[in-house]
Amino acid sequence: MGQYVQSRSYIDTPTRTGMSKRNPNPLRHAGRLGLIALIASLSACDPVVLNPAGDIAKQEASLVVTATLLMLLIIVPVMALTVYFAWKYRASAEARYEPEWHHSTQLELVIWAAPLAIIIALGSLTWVTTHTLDPFRPVARIAEGKPLPADVKPLEVEVVALDWKWLFIYPEQKIATVNELALPVDRPINFKITASSVMNSFYIPALAGQIYAMPAMTSQMHAVLNKTGTFTGFSANYSGAGFSHMRFTTLGMKAGDFDAWAAKVAKGEAGDNAGALDANAYLKLEQPSEKEPVHRFASVSGDLFHKIVNLCVRPGKMCQNEMMALDARGGAGKAGIYNVAAVTYDKYGRESTVPVVAGRDNVPAEARNKAFVRAICVPQGVANPLPADRAAAAAKLSLASPARNPLS
Amino acid sequence: MIPTHSNWTPLLGRLGADAIPTEPIVLVTFAAVALGGAALVAALTYFRLWGYLWKEWFTSVDHKKIGIMYMILGLVMFLRGFADAIMIRSQQALGFGGSDGYLNSHHFDQVFTAHGVIMIFFVAMPFVTGLMNYVVPLQIGARDVSFPFLNNFSFWMTAGGAVLVMASLFIGEFARTGWLAYPPLSGLAYSPDVGVDYYIWSLQVAGVGTTLSGVNLIATIVKLRAPGMKLMHMPVFTWTALVTNILIVAVFPVLTVVLALLGLDRVFHTNFFTNDFGGSPMLYVNLIWIWGHPEVYILVLPIFGVFSEVVSTFCSKRLFGYSSMVYATCVIGILSYIVWLHHFFTMGSGASVNSFFGISTMVISIPTGAKLFNWLFTMFRGRIRYELPMMWTVAFMLTFTIGGMTGVMMAVPAADFVLHNSLFLIAHFHNVIIGGVVWGVFAAINYWWPKAFGFKLNQFWGKVSFWCWVPGFWLAFTPLYILGLMGVTRRMRVFDASFDPLRIYYFVALLGALLIAAGIGAMLVQFAVSIWKREEYKDVSGDPWGGRTLEWATSSPPPEYNFAFTPKIHDIDAWADMKAKGVARPVEGFQAILMPQGTWAGIVLAGISTVCGFALIWQVWWLAIASFVTVVATAIFHTFNYDRNFYIPADHVAEVEAARTAQLAALEKGAA
Repeated sequence: MGQYVQSRSYIDTPTRTGMSKRNPNPLRHAGRLGLIALIASLSACDPVVLNPAGDIAKQEASLVVTATLLMLLIIVPVMALTVYFAWKYRASAEARYEPEWHHSTQLELVIWAAPLAIIIALGSLTWVTTHTLDPFRPVARIAEGKPLPADVKPLEVEVVALDWKWLFIYPEQKIATVNELALPVDRPINFKITASSVMNSFYIPALAGQIYAMPAMTSQMHAVLNKTGTFTGFSANYSGAGFSHMRFTTLGMKAGDFDAWAAKVAKGEAGDNAGALDANAYLKLEQPSEKEPVHRFASVSGDLFHKIVNLCVRPGKMCQNEMMALDARGGAGKAGIYNVAAVTYDKYGRESTVPVVAGRDNVPAEARNKAFVRAICVPQGVANPLPADRAAAAAKLSLASPARNPLS
Repeated sequence: MIPTHSNWTPLLGRLGADAIPTEPIVLVTFAAVALGGAALVAALTYFRLWGYLWKEWFTSVDHKKIGIMYMILGLVMFLRGFADAIMIRSQQALGFGGSDGYLNSHHFDQVFTAHGVIMIFFVAMPFVTGLMNYVVPLQIGARDVSFPFLNNFSFWMTAGGAVLVMASLFIGEFARTGWLAYPPLSGLAYSPDVGVDYYIWSLQVAGVGTTLSGVNLIATIVKLRAPGMKLMHMPVFTWTALVTNILIVAVFPVLTVVLALLGLDRVFHTNFFTNDFGGSPMLYVNLIWIWGHPEVYILVLPIFGVFSEVVSTFCSKRLFGYSSMVYATCVIGILSYIVWLHHFFTMGSGASVNSFFGISTMVISIPTGAKLFNWLFTMFRGRIRYELPMMWTVAFMLTFTIGGMTGVMMAVPAADFVLHNSLFLIAHFHNVIIGGVVWGVFAAINYWWPKAFGFKLNQFWGKVSFWCWVPGFWLAFTPLYILGLMGVTRRMRVFDASFDPLRIYYFVALLGALLIAAGIGAMLVQFAVSIWKREEYKDVSGDPWGGRTLEWATSSPPPEYNFAFTPKIHDIDAWADMKAKGVARPVEGFQAILMPQGTWAGIVLAGISTVCGFALIWQVWWLAIASFVTVVATAIFHTFNYDRNFYIPADHVAEVEAARTAQLAALEKGAA
């Protein structure tokens, strides 16, 4: 728990640990929404999903509740009728008996129309909220009744799911941390998310719903935290042996405290200092480990995230986007077959644990010498095969953009 | 070029001494299974039952016997799958406060993967297929399925897949990937061991059986209905079976292809689903769910059919809204193809794509809701007899409704972002699969057992089982719903200090699982007691519940030819119609009946296929090639067997029917 003590000085009110303390005022919401009251009364702990600290998660929680209430409109009568009929028409009761009655157009209309009406309501709600709460869409407000200030600049955080820990890179502050995510409150955060080896899911219940972290792809999440405090984040998708411990602390800080924290980390004064995060340090970090303590990197290579996404951190590797740009321009022809080693990532085993020399690189020396296309020889501007207007349109698509897409 | 494994030998492939597991739990299980198996073999030998089993069961092409064998396979695998469930629940109750529990990750991760795979593929599927096999031909007045040999072969392929899964327990290991084996985790780089290969080949072998059985049942329903039985006269169970088998034939090939591609990635180093070289793991996720979502309906639709039969029988009333039921079934069948993406809203598809799949998912709840209302209004002004099948049905109606509701909650993409992969999801799908499929199977077993064996099941132990199962289910899964709302995710093995206050929920869940275990125990006792006292529970009438469909027109158990004369159908609920009109049972003019003959080919072909699967798993290439060639050669050889049918002589039919006539006369006399 050393890292928690270390970080405490940056939190101005260490109010709660996401899961373990009773919500100080659950009734404010519970009074409004009966469902939460039910859950809260059942539990000794915070149902954090229904009572989160970030605006996006809050809207998602209220959506869960609204959807439930909408459905209860039909579920409750059905269940009540089931019990009533099951009791009333039991054989021993000798209630009215009509063995041949089996059709009623009016009833049929009702039993198809009633669920249809509910689904139309829920479907419209779905269409709207799926768009407004799309994690790829920048947040539209800080909180309810708190519009986005005109000059606000979102904080960029690059997230990498490693085996089995989380790496957070702050490109603006040029620092990085492992298993600790500090966020300023009331400032939009723009997460860019990827993974080094297998699929994980990036989830901080207090902040916003989850989104998958997938190797060679970037997904995004826009969110905003509204409360200071300590929250829990974790991987929500099973990723192998160390999955249970793939958890990290999320610290919500006031803007000033966050800046002070970042400055301290950059100076290496924040404790658990791990120095500079360059390619070599990353390759070491990337190797599988469990229960990894917090590390704070005072500096980080600017293109590290780009290289992680494109599977080319290891020196001598060709980036996937460069390979794709080559392919988009017709490929390297026969010579391309000599490039196999340069673009192989984890074919013969976990990238981080297979030594460079063995296996993957045991191509004949002749082939290695002939692999003259070691990196893209096309100027940046030319690499983009699409006309500018189409490229811009394509960039707008909110799909998880594959790294190998030369547009990304 | 086949890249070789570091300790690969030409003779044994990857198979070596290290394939024998060293974990004590596995060793003890192995010892128990070996001893039990040896005792079983010894008993069968001592009582000279091998010949009987081989002749009357293993090589039989009688759809009724094959149906029963499917049910036995499902039951045996259910015990295995449930043992896994208890292990998961107890590990999660123990792995708190710095304790590592009693399962390491290597073992625990196999257990939850095996639990899912076994429960879906080797429990639910055999149960559902077994029911369809037994009941459908009887309900449509047929003598057997369209392709009786294929039916036997399909069963043995399913059993072969089950054998491979069980073998993984003692030779090598099973996958540690979760039950759908998403790449890249299931790729060679991150799962280099044989676990995923066991997964692939057990499903491939079983998948052949499932697909062929789907073809068989479609042909049977389309071609072999008794004269006069129009499509809109078919019993609802047969309708659901038809839609289910169409789903099977349409989607199982997708599973076969996607697993084949994963296998190519693993063996031949192709790049369909790898991180590098343009592979797309998300393509796998799409493909597997294009199979996976219809699969859910493959399991639950026939069960909806079971409930429809049970409700109308035990309410002594015609089913309310027959045609609305049929259309609902068809609509569910069609919609089930266009909802698969709701299993991964969180992988970053765009808002419009997510909305489409979310809304199409919700739309399925409309026909499903209509079905529920139809059962409800069948009860309305009925005369409900609370026999065991009806008790399971009411429990289902109350439980499944909740499961349906939580399902629609997660169909809203933005709500799914906070619930995906959480224990809320786990609670949801157990809510629909246990509350729907499993209880439906129990209703079906209690309902059709007298038909299959000629005696009813013991009520007392059945009720004990019911009252353990239903509260047990809610005790086990309500805590998971709550934990899900606290943001707790699935597949966790150990819990750090921040989880300490939540431990109580895991204890309650374990308690629920133990109550369910008691329910399963009571059910086994129910079977044993019923078989023991079978004379006491004997049903001579062949129609113990006042049934409405054609299977109740036969004796219990039905003769091997089912119907001496193929009945003529005039209405829905053919047997109720015949009873109402007082149609007399024919007692003379019997003719010889042409029936298919038992054959060794099904079990032998499936056996060699299983060996082939085993060889592929361990990369014993010579054996894989040899067994594959043998399978093809044997299949060709079998095509030259023209002696596939035989006549049951008219005398014999007359004898059997006369005995039945006497039996019914005695019954009538007794009643008078």
